[in-house]
Amino acid sequence: MPDVMPNIMLDIQHLNVFYGDVQVIWDVSFSVAKGEVVALIGANGAGKSTILKTISGIIRPAGGEIFFDSQPIHTRKAYSMVEAGLAHVPEARRLFVEMTVEENLDMGSLKGAARAGRSNTKEMVFDLFPRLKERRKQIAGTLSGGEQQMVAIGRGLMSLPSLIMFDEPSLGLAPILVREIFNVIKKIRGEGVTVMIVEQNVKQTLAVADRAYVLETGKIVLEGTGEALLDDEHVRKAYLGV
Amino acid sequence: MTAPQVEVLLQTILSGLLLGGLYALIGIGMTLIMGVMKIINLAHGELMMVGMYIAYVLFSVFHIDPYLSIFIAAPALFLLGILLQKYLINPVLKVDAIIPENQVILTVGIGMVLSNIATIIFSSDYKTTPVDYATKAWYLSDIWKASPIELSLSLPWSVSFSFALMITGALWFFLTKTDMGKSIRATAQDKDAALLMGVNVERMRVVTFGLGSALVGSAGCLFIPIYYLYPDLGGQFTLTAFVITILGGLGSTVGAIVGGLILGVFESLTSTYAGMGWAPVGRFVIFLAALIFVPQGIMSLFTRKRFGK
Repeated sequence: MPDVMPNIMLDIQHLNVFYGDVQVIWDVSFSVAKGEVVALIGANGAGKSTILKTISGIIRPAGGEIFFDSQPIHTRKAYSMVEAGLAHVPEARRLFVEMTVEENLDMGSLKGAARAGRSNTKEMVFDLFPRLKERRKQIAGTLSGGEQQMVAIGRGLMSLPSLIMFDEPSLGLAPILVREIFNVIKKIRGEGVTVMIVEQNVKQTLAVADRAYVLETGKIVLEGTGEALLDDEHVRKAYLGV
Repeated sequence: MTAPQVEVLLQTILSGLLLGGLYALIGIGMTLIMGVMKIINLAHGELMMVGMYIAYVLFSVFHIDPYLSIFIAAPALFLLGILLQKYLINPVLKVDAIIPENQVILTVGIGMVLSNIATIIFSSDYKTTPVDYATKAWYLSDIWKASPIELSLSLPWSVSFSFALMITGALWFFLTKTDMGKSIRATAQDKDAALLMGVNVERMRVVTFGLGSALVGSAGCLFIPIYYLYPDLGGQFTLTAFVITILGGLGSTVGAIVGGLILGVFESLTSTYAGMGWAPVGRFVIFLAALIFVPQGIMSLFTRKRFGK
């Protein structure tokens, strides 16, 4: 079915990934359409982050193909992905901890149109996260966890991506901040940016996602709309604890 | 303390600061390379030696002032650094070798080759660039007639120090105000995250090694009017740079500046009060003290403790 879906933004075909001799991703195929919010959920170690890292080129797949805007990207250099319109907000934020908030945001807009529109985009990010504007000169490593996550998301948006991938954006945050982060994700999709999100916080993720895939030990075992998966017996048992 | 004693102390500290400024420049080059590539460049002093020989040749053949030779030696060393990184160090970084950190051993080899090439070309004789301002100095009594104590400031030392200051300032501007400078710092702080931002990490490594080499090469040009030159001088400066890097905290540029100044003053104090021959001992005392008391580097004393990433 994915092959005939119109406006496919990201198309993953038969992906196989190894860490050394150990296969961690087994023949995974899925796709993300333009404007969608698609979630990849699963337990710790299921391979969610690995899939994102493979999409953004940090890890090379042993087999399979990845198409972004109909272009094959699995052979592209990792550093050229962001120019193609793909932003990856990595797990654990991975800020440049000795740089200021503003410098971190600058790092998100190194090339092309993003570079030209840097100051405008920065204002937009500051509108989204007013707290970052107050702390623009502060060293990123001294921010609280929630603020750091805001910088990480802002830094991803600075590249003016057409697809933004979030890896565990709610990890380690207080519930109130988790809600704020998910609200921001809704706003981002409202701006017409396609969103892919990897989460262990299944309930809130499925609530914002149009569609979701469930990953278990490197294989996709279920897929469906967010609502349908919330009602699914297996998902409820394994991930929602009800 | 009597007036002459104060005079000696102040003069010693002043000379130490001037020396420390040059040391800082050497240390910054090493700490930059350390930060971005996570390797200790043990050919650092030898690269400085190459810069000094370039200045020496330009002086003795073309009568170019050593300070002006910076503009030739720095680009030449930048190029040399790029070639070393691209064709020798990068290929070794990619290989899984039996010996860990084999690229560090490679830099030792590079250093040996460089100093032996210098011996072949220039013989092992001591060389100097006898500039006519070598012994000129400014005196405090010239500006302040009624000064109770007399201090002197050697002209070449103060010019060298000013150049070191300007180069450090230019580097600071480059690292904090330009996208490429920020990309270099980003690569040092988190290589994978830099990659996700579209930084060509491999290119940054090459540029950084070139930059570090150019910095230490310029330091060579600043040292030659006040020092002498021979092919094996590199090792001693590699050691100095290493001590500064440890003292400043691996990869910290501000730390390298502070570390350079501390080392310069300390060496100056040991040579005044314990004798010239004790200066290298002073260096090791500092090194051991740094390892024992401030293993995170001197800057860790001033920054707030951070937990996790």
